[in-house]
Amino acid sequence: MAGIVGYGVYIPIYRIRVEDIAKVWNEDAEAIKHGLGIREKTVPGRDEDAATIAVEASRRAVVHSGLSPDKIQAVYVGSESHPYAVKPTATIVKEAIGAGTAVMTSDLEFACKAGTAGMQMVMGLVDSRMIEYGLAAGSDTSQGRPGDALEYTASAGGAAFIIGKEKKEVIADILKTVSYTTDTPDFWRREGAGFPSHGGRFTGEPAYFKHIQNATKLLFETTGFKPTDFKYAVFHQPNGKFPTNVAKMLGFSEKQIEPGLLTPIIGNTYSGASMLGLAATLDVANAGDKILVTSFGSGAGSDSFAIQVTDRIDDKRKRSVKVQDLINAHKKYVDYSTYLKNRGSIRKR
Amino acid sequence: MLMEKPSAGLWRKIKARYNLVGNSCKTCGKAYFPPRIVCRKCGRESKMENKKFSGNGEVYSFTKIRVPPDTFKDEAPYIVGVVKLDEGPMVEGHILENGTEIKIGTKVRSAFRRMYVDGEEGLIYYHYKFEPV
Ligand SMILES: [Zn+2]
Repeated sequence: MAGIVGYGVYIPIYRIRVEDIAKVWNEDAEAIKHGLGIREKTVPGRDEDAATIAVEASRRAVVHSGLSPDKIQAVYVGSESHPYAVKPTATIVKEAIGAGTAVMTSDLEFACKAGTAGMQMVMGLVDSRMIEYGLAAGSDTSQGRPGDALEYTASAGGAAFIIGKEKKEVIADILKTVSYTTDTPDFWRREGAGFPSHGGRFTGEPAYFKHIQNATKLLFETTGFKPTDFKYAVFHQPNGKFPTNVAKMLGFSEKQIEPGLLTPIIGNTYSGASMLGLAATLDVANAGDKILVTSFGSGAGSDSFAIQVTDRIDDKRKRSVKVQDLINAHKKYVDYSTYLKNRGSIRKR
Repeated sequence: MLMEKPSAGLWRKIKARYNLVGNSCKTCGKAYFPPRIVCRKCGRESKMENKKFSGNGEVYSFTKIRVPPDTFKDEAPYIVGVVKLDEGPMVEGHILENGTEIKIGTKVRSAFRRMYVDGEEGLIYYHYKFEPV
């Protein structure tokens, strides 16, 4: 089966603390921090959007892979904040990484799981030998309506994975992937609306928890794996609480999800979230380790992956930019008014 | 109704703006950005070929813009400067403030950012900007 031959990540330098949002709405910051399991979130710069984030992550993935960019024959970009309503983000990414013109390209949209859907599509193309290498990115500058609970978590960031099957290039084999999909209206945004709407508490049990559990259980059934077979696990992370709870329900420990749980310090990067979690886990994983990843996208569906790290991971490590280093380097805190100003420039109409 | 916007101008410059693609002279090796039709040194003997620059270099000079042109009126204050690329050419560009103090000699890399957004319905112009490493 196809595997990961390189990955790259991008996180904006700007941050806003829960306290600075809570102050504006006269809410109890400590209660929110505890309830959502989040301290601060990333904020895009005025000159950043889902395309610039996808480009920065994808360029790093190309460097990490060691491949010449003209080897990449497919580029898929998943986002719920594509800068244009009509005009693909993926063509911008394709051009900016220096890929050629004989490239299969499209934008994907499936709330927070469009990026992992792209990984599955590229895997299919690679395994059927239609292409040698393809890139799937998940990137978002997601937004919550001012005053809405989502405002504390909706953040910006992205990751890109290059997938191929040339054994000497693969740093992690993807052993199996399955999906679980239903038509569930838990979260949506109509064309032209500036902000998404959601079903409040409805987003939890029948949406997030049901889909992640069912996709992961399906993966167990089809592979025979059980939670203890995995060194690490990554679950979609709309806040700090949901992934911790779903891990427990499925029989995973807090230690297994620790390296990939980023939302408490960067917020929910939507399409970037489970992919950034996987990248942060690969940063610390060793040859032989198995990693489970289950994404979730409202609407609703989950993609579950069983991944096993190969011994080539160390050869490429020196070329990677680590997620934790990126999170901690050059952090710049902004106040609520700067946050609003930055956000104004990225609002998708 | 489709609005006609001047997108051909953007399209011709995309390679240069996204990826710092200039050229160099095969005869003497001198690199140019933006690309030149003939080499300044070699004239009729010049053999120009496309060259993608690494984007790495150092700040040669810079200035903080506080009173910007209309195009960038919401962005001020911001820094523009001249960067000497590792491959030789001097390139003008915006320099991002990412927490590292910008001085002459500060090492930079090229980042990918929005440069300009044409109102509510026009194109988004992406461009390299320099960022301290
Ligand atoms: Zn010459």
